[in-house]
Amino acid sequence: MIEARGLTKRFGDKLAVDQLSFTVEPGRITGFLGPNGAGKTTTMRLILGLDRPTRGSVTVHGKEFSRLAYPMHEIGALLDAKAVHGGRSAYNHLLCLAQANGIPRARVGDVLDLVGLTDVAPKRSKGFSLGMGQRLGIAAALLGDPAILMFDEPVNGLDPEGILWIRNLMKALAAEGRTIFVSSHLMSEMEHTADHLLVIGRGRLIADCSVAEFIERNSVQSVRVRTPKPELLADLITAAGGTSVAGAGGVLVAQGLPADRIGDLAFENAIRLHELAPAQASLEEAFMELTADSVEFQAHTPGRPDTGRASRTDRMHPTGVA
Amino acid sequence: MTTTQMAQAPRQRLLPPETGRASFADALRSEFTKIRSTRSTYWTLLALIVVCIGIGALASAGTASHPNGISAAQFDSTQQSLAGLYVGQLVIAALGALTITSEYSTGMIRTSLAVQPRRGVVFAAKGVVFAAVTLIVGLITSFGSFFVGQAILSGAHLSATLGQPNVLRAVIGGALFLTACGMLAYGLGAVLRHTAAAISAAIGLLFVLTVLVQFLPQSWQDSVDRWMPALAGSQIWTTKVTGEAHQFPAWGGFAVLAGWAAVAIIAGLVLFRTRDA
Repeated sequence: MIEARGLTKRFGDKLAVDQLSFTVEPGRITGFLGPNGAGKTTTMRLILGLDRPTRGSVTVHGKEFSRLAYPMHEIGALLDAKAVHGGRSAYNHLLCLAQANGIPRARVGDVLDLVGLTDVAPKRSKGFSLGMGQRLGIAAALLGDPAILMFDEPVNGLDPEGILWIRNLMKALAAEGRTIFVSSHLMSEMEHTADHLLVIGRGRLIADCSVAEFIERNSVQSVRVRTPKPELLADLITAAGGTSVAGAGGVLVAQGLPADRIGDLAFENAIRLHELAPAQASLEEAFMELTADSVEFQAHTPGRPDTGRASRTDRMHPTGVA
Repeated sequence: MTTTQMAQAPRQRLLPPETGRASFADALRSEFTKIRSTRSTYWTLLALIVVCIGIGALASAGTASHPNGISAAQFDSTQQSLAGLYVGQLVIAALGALTITSEYSTGMIRTSLAVQPRRGVVFAAKGVVFAAVTLIVGLITSFGSFFVGQAILSGAHLSATLGQPNVLRAVIGGALFLTACGMLAYGLGAVLRHTAAAISAAIGLLFVLTVLVQFLPQSWQDSVDRWMPALAGSQIWTTKVTGEAHQFPAWGGFAVLAGWAAVAIIAGLVLFRTRDA
């Protein structure tokens, strides 16, 4: 379990992490989501004691990280796969880490097997590909057989095979009862792996809920209807308590009413429907919506890129998701 | 494949010891693995041995080939054979700085501190391992230089033996001198966290400062250069009091060098413990 209470880190006049309070519960995958620069890495560095908090505290299993007797047995972290001495062989890299926590030498061979690096163990890690480097970092995190694993953007830059490997590995590790705390700036990645979400933007906690809850809470159900009489149907929808926006070619995007209710309305009033389709905003859209105001470096293009129907209607009918 | 195996296999927990904590001895083992597993360590130490013995041999050969007018009573043949230490101090300073700055340049420091967050332990273990390795290699270097140099000087009947007054102290002192120079650079490395900056600073303190003092008026020089780290420290590998009587005696001079190193190490430790990694 990781607990942050009022965790704050200031770099100069920039508040990287701002009053963050959360709990990473044991035995599940918690996704730590936020746009680039939201403070995810800083938060993880604070957890490991690499940075000192300006205010507040964070504990691992109830203790400050530096007070853990054998840190590697409690928490294994992969923050940056390149944080190794490239001149050292994979084996010796893992050995020096194992020795620091009194972990038997035999365990080095085990984790090398586990991540599939046994063949290159005697090679210097300088020549490793990104994927191999990532595997080496994960091997290091697993050395102490820790109850908590913490990964910072583990799939960044990996090829599809590597992404799949990491995804399955995280699920397997969670299935063993471990706590996984994994950060990403891609909602789609979390959609596949996480049970629980912590969303941050500009160092502040925006959401702390299950993935299902997050989708439900943040995605707006809308219905796309195409009819020869859009004006008539729009009036009926409004009368029934919904809202709608007219598009080109007789298209209406309605909100506030379920698809079957709109179908019934049309039938009762003898309006022909050429299309009736419920649409749910994807998690990605919900995430974009949620963090739109907290992206650190907002690009100043006129309007946001049109990501789909739902977001178009969202923009026209602010529903207060943020 | 691997992951499914993992999921199916009954979980065998690797249990931590029930008592105690990741200890200083663990940190020493870890740091020894680190220092012995990079090529730069071997190349640097090999360079140290070759340079010191080579320069000592050249210096000895120079004297042996023109021995006329040299009084065996005043000539410090031990110091002559150890002349390579003047360059060796710079080689070991580079390794001392690298011992810690390479962790910063590669990013390894973040991994190191994520497995042993008690920074004082990491800093001390790293320093002790480096000092021990340097002392041992320094002894090989120093004795090697001495024996090679004396073999050359014996042709001119100017050679010394370990049994003569101060000679053994001077030869062992050569290794201590190298160790202290290395530790000075180690401390500077922790302060500056940047390889080139740390090596430059160490060379500046050990070498450039020594040269610059020579440009001071003589009266200032006499009172200033006894406090210069390399000049003071090198008194320990002399066996005879020379005309430079204003210098501290052997151990006193070494204490000055050790003091410089201690200041750098303490500054390094304080910053290492308090700064964000």
